[in-house]
Amino acid sequence: MSALGDAEAARRGKTGGLSLSAAAPWLIAIVLLAGLPFVFTGGAALTVMNQMAITIIFALAYNMLLGQGGMLSFGHAVYMGLGGFFCVHLMNMVEYDGLLLPLPLLPLFGGLFGLLFAFIIGSFSTRRAGTVFAMISLGVGELIASLSIIVVAFFGGEEGVSGDRTMGPVVAGFDFASQKEVYYLTAAWLFVSALAMFLYSRTPVGRIANAVRDNEERAEFLGYSQRYVRWISFCASGFFAGIAGGLFAINFEILTEENLNLATSGSILLITFLGGVGFFLGPVIGAVVFTLLQTVLSLYTEIWALYVGLLFVLTVMFFPSGLAGVFAIHVRPWQLGKIGLLASPYLKMFVPALLFVFSAAAVLEILFHARHAAIGEEQMSLFGLTFNSHGVWPLTIAIIICVASYLILKRLAPSLKEAWDEANHGEVGR
Amino acid sequence: MKKLTGLLLGVAIAGLTATSSFAADTIKIAFIDPLSGPFASTGKQGLSQYKFAADELVNKKGGVLGKEFEIVAFDNKISPKESLIQLQVAIDQGIRFIAQGNSSGVANALTDAIKKHNKRNPDNRVLFLNYSAVDPALTNDKCNFWHFRFDANADIKMDALTDIIAANEDVKKVYLIGQDYSFGKAVAAAAVKMLGEKRPDIEIVGNELHPIGKVKDFTPYARKIMSSGADAMITGNWGADMVGLGKSVIAAGYENPIYTYYAAADGITKTLGEDGKGKVKLVGEGQLNPPPNDRADAYAKAFKAKYPDTDIGQPRIANVIEMLAKAIDQAGSDTDMVAIGKALEGMEHESLWGTTVYMRPQDHQAIQNVHILSHTNDGVAHDYDNSGYGLLVESTVEMASADAPTTCKMDRPE
Amino acid sequence: MSLLAVNLLDGLVTGLLLFMLCSGLTLIFSMMGVLNFAHASFYMLGAYFAYQISTYVGFWPGLIIAPLAVGLAGAAIERYGLRRVHQYGHVPELIFTFGLALLIEELVQFFWGKSHMAYYEPEILNFTAFSIAGNSFPAYKVFMIFVAIGIFLVLLYILTRTRIGLIIQAALSYPNTVQNLGHNVPLVFMGVFGVGTAMAGLAGVIAGPVLGTFPGMAVLLGSIVFVTIVIGGLGSLWGALIASLLIGWMQTFAASYNVTMTDILLAIGIDKPVDLSDNPLRDLWTLTLPQIGPILPYLLMVLVLVIRPRGLLGKRET
Repeated sequence: MSALGDAEAARRGKTGGLSLSAAAPWLIAIVLLAGLPFVFTGGAALTVMNQMAITIIFALAYNMLLGQGGMLSFGHAVYMGLGGFFCVHLMNMVEYDGLLLPLPLLPLFGGLFGLLFAFIIGSFSTRRAGTVFAMISLGVGELIASLSIIVVAFFGGEEGVSGDRTMGPVVAGFDFASQKEVYYLTAAWLFVSALAMFLYSRTPVGRIANAVRDNEERAEFLGYSQRYVRWISFCASGFFAGIAGGLFAINFEILTEENLNLATSGSILLITFLGGVGFFLGPVIGAVVFTLLQTVLSLYTEIWALYVGLLFVLTVMFFPSGLAGVFAIHVRPWQLGKIGLLASPYLKMFVPALLFVFSAAAVLEILFHARHAAIGEEQMSLFGLTFNSHGVWPLTIAIIICVASYLILKRLAPSLKEAWDEANHGEVGR
Repeated sequence: MKKLTGLLLGVAIAGLTATSSFAADTIKIAFIDPLSGPFASTGKQGLSQYKFAADELVNKKGGVLGKEFEIVAFDNKISPKESLIQLQVAIDQGIRFIAQGNSSGVANALTDAIKKHNKRNPDNRVLFLNYSAVDPALTNDKCNFWHFRFDANADIKMDALTDIIAANEDVKKVYLIGQDYSFGKAVAAAAVKMLGEKRPDIEIVGNELHPIGKVKDFTPYARKIMSSGADAMITGNWGADMVGLGKSVIAAGYENPIYTYYAAADGITKTLGEDGKGKVKLVGEGQLNPPPNDRADAYAKAFKAKYPDTDIGQPRIANVIEMLAKAIDQAGSDTDMVAIGKALEGMEHESLWGTTVYMRPQDHQAIQNVHILSHTNDGVAHDYDNSGYGLLVESTVEMASADAPTTCKMDRPE
Repeated sequence: MSLLAVNLLDGLVTGLLLFMLCSGLTLIFSMMGVLNFAHASFYMLGAYFAYQISTYVGFWPGLIIAPLAVGLAGAAIERYGLRRVHQYGHVPELIFTFGLALLIEELVQFFWGKSHMAYYEPEILNFTAFSIAGNSFPAYKVFMIFVAIGIFLVLLYILTRTRIGLIIQAALSYPNTVQNLGHNVPLVFMGVFGVGTAMAGLAGVIAGPVLGTFPGMAVLLGSIVFVTIVIGGLGSLWGALIASLLIGWMQTFAASYNVTMTDILLAIGIDKPVDLSDNPLRDLWTLTLPQIGPILPYLLMVLVLVIRPRGLLGKRET
């Protein structure tokens, strides 16, 4: 499933180290990261972006296991959480015991702590891949999450442990009281971590991890111990997850059981998969989309989790290589210079597709409102329209639009298929 | 691809901040509680009560300072992290009053964050109206000027409960069981301490904690309780843990009172039904049955007419709204949080529920009548879960724990 | 002593209930290689369907109709969802069931709301079958034991004494060979998935009144089901039975006996620190067995996997 990503990587590898085309995405990233706070100035937007950045690092770290190493973990929140808890304790030592640790360096210690635990747990969990690894990760994840409630001395029980980031020595005039300063700190760590993870995947160690994922026996015959290769990937992933934990500690100044539990571990799996495990950028897209869905969609609709569930199931069914995969399949027509062929069917389908999505959502919203609204509150507003949800007409109209747009889409599908085949026909010249 | 994700982010966050531009002249209260996930029923119930109280008690009377109250809901999925994000969103929308209640863990995170926010942003301070989180620490070690608690805390409830138990000579053996986290532990510790002081002859035949939300079957616990020969049991359990424990204990043949904190509404009353009658007792504020006065009766009836599937599970929400309105009125401003806070502390309010609510200035803990309520279907005018069963006041401790000590050392802004 | 007898019976009920879920799951798992994360969600669907039916026609029709409905839903999901995802490999399949679990939980809340459902045992079984030293044992639990044992016997008969059972058994060990012999393996898959989910549904129908019918019931049971079949060994029905009973009893006894860490530490000659309040090991000293009861199966699973990755009675890995 990662054939495309790898092929891309191999191509880049051939052109050699520091060409401009290889550096360009990273330069764009720097500009983007630096510029975003000028576009979105509100505290909430900054908080959401920080949360996104942390999730991106965590998802990238997770993909070192799943995408590059083929290891499915159900308990990876543990390493991020432990790194975060350790950082909050360090923060409190700065505040109360006079430890001289500048805040910007804190995530590094979180990473080292994550690494330490990944080293210990990986020593036995990475002996085998597949289901055995997955189930051990589930067991360890559940054990540590449960311990976090029991061991109050370190984890603070269900209240968690909180700290104050502003108590450390002032670095270059920054005391990190404002969200903006925290954003730049997080963004800097995001950039460094993402670059480090990208470069890691291009080292021989990263490549061998791919080899073990694809065929462990063959890799073993080549003289690489599959077990140690997995262990090293696991440790590296634990390190970056710990960095994400450290950043979480700085951002939210509190860590709780939630940071360790299976729900968090499960959602990072979904995020990574949604974005696309076969691509380096996949987890980035997944993290951005998921954070927006969780934080922003829940402001607008109560049944946001239903939409998220639908999105996941449909993505797995129809786009198993994730959202990044959707972009990636357009690379070939682009290289063939035939991307223009797709424009017309896409444009034709755009309006019906949009109608279909919104009318389907409208059906759900109307049903939900009619079922659960208070007496006397029969009026609901949707997409700027206000109407009576208990009436027959709104629901009927929504269903008619939904069915009609579906039929139109179905009629248009063959022409898209034709254009698609045509656009992918031919040889990519080098 | 990065450009595209950037664009996506842009559109969404623009949407996020756009809502703040509608700053109409209402006084907004952010309701940050779970509206999805396993605890959503409690959250939704609270939201309905807030909306109803705001309309009924303030807006229909012309509002405060000429403005109406508006409840803005934020879904925190009962996660501390999400709560902090939603707090930030609420503050960005210009909301200055934060109401939250479900989970002391979330309340701890919020009170801490609000304290820091108010310190770092003195021009944009917010007030925390805690209507349900009962961890005693919130008005003791972790107290701060911006936090006000309208529910009786776990210690106050236990004080009232042990008064009643101590007065009952038949009780010789008490079994304590609770969820293994701060609140469960606080309940157990308070019970041991207070029973020891009030009735040293009572034997605590069991004192145990079980993992929260992880026990699939409470039968083994029920067996232990049975074999201990307890005359009474006390539990702080809530949600599925309360239902599971209650059902198992009753199925195992237990006949004595079960003193609880949260065994009502959200389907619990209906599920316990006939089995729980005469056994399940609840300690709490707010009197629905018998209605303390005509006004409360009419209020509860009107609520039921509007929200037939929901109950007044947290009567104190009416107090939150009325007292906040009064404080804003007294302060003459809906933006000067220090003035509003100072008006709130020390306020004595004649509650809809027939009690005086006194916001103790030392620790911002509301002092009010605490009742022992019985789960029954006799003489219940306002039932829960439309089951015919509800809570009937059995006995009352007037202004419970009014002079209980506090460790709170509050820093007051000048 | 009498408490021991009661605990043994209670553990048996828990274990057999777990087995009803595990038997279906282990068949699905070993045939299709799918860790069906949504298995407990079908258990929840069973309880909700039966509740809905019981509001119209009472408990007993639900006992038959609800599992059938769940089984049909399961078969449809296999046919139109899982089979499509199957071609992409095991990880997407697993994520599909993961998403499905999420979706089913949301759908249940969409239709039934978020509160506990008032789903009760039938009036005819609402009496005390017998009591041991004041501990009453409800008739309904006796009924649960008989249903679970009945299911096990039927399953055993089908698997070992019928032709379809032989094909299933063969497909468990040699799926490709069975396909090559001309059997319609996709149909067998759909059938097994349908039957497996129907059994989960049946477990939900009979557990709903006792353990509560609410949106969190699937999550509560969710991962423990995997833990059980992994401990028992994938593909082994007997392994699933042994592991289910083991976990049932382990959880019952762990909750029943207040063994404290203090006792153990004192017994091996470690002195208790005078002031525990600031001791970093204070939580260790106050640890009790009921506190850690529910996590013991996970500990057991990790140990089993590290020492014997195929599980207790499993024949092959993964």
